[in-house]
Amino acid sequence: MAKVAPMDLVAGVLKGETVPIARLLSCAEAADDASRPALARIFEHTGKAHVVGITGVPGSGKSTLTAVLAEEFANSGRKVGIIAVDPSSPFSGGSILGDRIRMADIAMNPNVFIRSMATRGAMGGLSRGCLDAVDILDAAGFDLILIETVGVGQDEIEIVQAAHTVIVASAPGLGDEIQAIKAGVLEIADIHIVTKCDRSDSNQTIRELKGMLKMGDLTKFIEGWEPKVIGTSSLRREGIAELAAAIDGHRSYLETSGEIVARRRKISETRMLKIAESLIRKRFYEERLGSISELCGQMERKMIAPDAAARQLLARINGE
Amino acid sequence: MKNDAAPIRVMMTKLGLDGHDRGVKIVARVLRDAGIDVIYAGLHRSPEEVVTAAIQEDVDVLGVSLLSGAHMPLFGKVLDLLREKNALHITVVGGGLMPDEDVAKLKEMGVADIMRQDSTPEQIVATIRRVVAERSDA
Ligand code: B12
Ligand SMILES: Nc1nc2c(ncn2[C@@H]2O[C@H](COP(=O)(O)OP(=O)(O)OP(=O)(O)O)[C@@H](O)[C@H]2O)c(=O)[nH]1
Ligand SMILES: [Mg+2]
Repeated sequence: MAKVAPMDLVAGVLKGETVPIARLLSCAEAADDASRPALARIFEHTGKAHVVGITGVPGSGKSTLTAVLAEEFANSGRKVGIIAVDPSSPFSGGSILGDRIRMADIAMNPNVFIRSMATRGAMGGLSRGCLDAVDILDAAGFDLILIETVGVGQDEIEIVQAAHTVIVASAPGLGDEIQAIKAGVLEIADIHIVTKCDRSDSNQTIRELKGMLKMGDLTKFIEGWEPKVIGTSSLRREGIAELAAAIDGHRSYLETSGEIVARRRKISETRMLKIAESLIRKRFYEERLGSISELCGQMERKMIAPDAAARQLLARINGE
Repeated sequence: MKNDAAPIRVMMTKLGLDGHDRGVKIVARVLRDAGIDVIYAGLHRSPEEVVTAAIQEDVDVLGVSLLSGAHMPLFGKVLDLLREKNALHITVVGGGLMPDEDVAKLKEMGVADIMRQDSTPEQIVATIRRVVAERSDA
């Protein structure tokens, strides 16, 4: 088989064909310049899908929940794309991506497409290329795109810059952990899930969570959406229909309130700025390697302060 | 070209009733430690399941570990399905326990290589890299 040019995959992606979708996702992940024109073409066809982020501490039940939720939507005839992110090894750069094992029940569902991605050094709980992957699934006609982030703790909240609806999963028996993560992660939730509610200690967790939300930052109330707290059991498939309804409810809230405009703007802005940042960084290394080492030397001899050095570097790249 | 920007993707799995999962887990770790992205698809899968998953994940290599003795029909089915689904760009590599004459037959059928007991980590990594480099479309 001849090597396929990324642009030749676009037509198949737009028709929703599995092999072209899968292969273009690999191009997006590789993030080489050769796939940019194809991804730009794909981008023109995006904007229809609702993107849902599912985050929470490691082992909180994200993958299992993602699977039963996808099944719920797929059974009502909707097409669901899943992006499951797991961490890369900081030592080798390799990874073992295991989320898919929890999704075996839906793996053969014709309305479901599952893709595993490694973080590859990206911080914040998502993978490099994740947003391009969302675009591809959106353009391919998936109605819902579920992104499972890596297991997060404090401040890996990049999912808010990718998703329209953010779900934070907390497991029972992790009371202290809930305390520990409240600063960062709990505040980004549009919907809170207490998972594993087949366990006896789950009611207490729901109570604790509700209590904590009452005391916490109330900005979201003012915006007109009160973050819901829902108990689910993926094992017994309980609370899943309620969660699916809450996601649809949040989507209509975003649309009727006009909040979706602000969310889209936020996503566009951070996405563009991040790409710009990485391009600037690349230019520094490609064009100004000499300046970098010269300015570092001056800093080490205390001839220039870090802030002033950075400004000089920037000035030089703007063509002095 | 496969380069640093695009690590090799390998799916590791076991088919049928075979519960011997030490080998598949060791190989997954060896490959991860060599900088490869390994999608672990678990045990007790059907050929249909692993082929569907391998296509969605667009893996370079589908690695199947079998110690049950049922390798001939199972690999045959996997290769048929890949052909049927227009996915022969995915290379199949096997491992585990199987007799010499079966290894020869499997290679004829289209399994790129078979790594049996006593394969060292270095040999496993080298084999995966080699079959990926040999891919006509890589
Ligand atoms: C440990 C073991 C068990 C353990 C398994 C524990 C576990 N979770 O894995 C237990 C006790 C549970 C067990 C049970 C059984 N076992 Co048992 N078991 C073995 C034993 C002694 C060692 C296997 C092993 O773990 N080897 C170590 C691993 C690391 O080696 P490996 O899997 O070969 O992997 C290496 C390579 O092959 C290669 N590799 C493997 N896969 C892949 C894949 C790829 C892509 C690549 C590149 C490389 C690669 O890399 C690895 C590292 O070098 C073998 C005997 C033997 N000498 O093999 C019998 C053996 C496999 N078992 C056998 C049998 C019959 C059974 C049972 C049916 C017994 C029974 N009657 O209950 C059950 C069935 C269980 C089941 N559900 O399938 C037979 C199989 C006979 C056959 N194939 O015809 C064997 C050969 C023993 C024998 N001589 O009869 N078993
Ligand atoms: N009792 C019970 N256990 C569950 C439920 N959902 C998940 N689990 C178990 O919780 C463990 C972790 O589940 P996963 O879905 O892999 O959790 P995760 O958050 O995706 O984990 P990471 O991706 O590793 O962060 C597994 O052992 C599951 O079987 C549930 O509803 N009830
Ligand atoms: Mg998971």
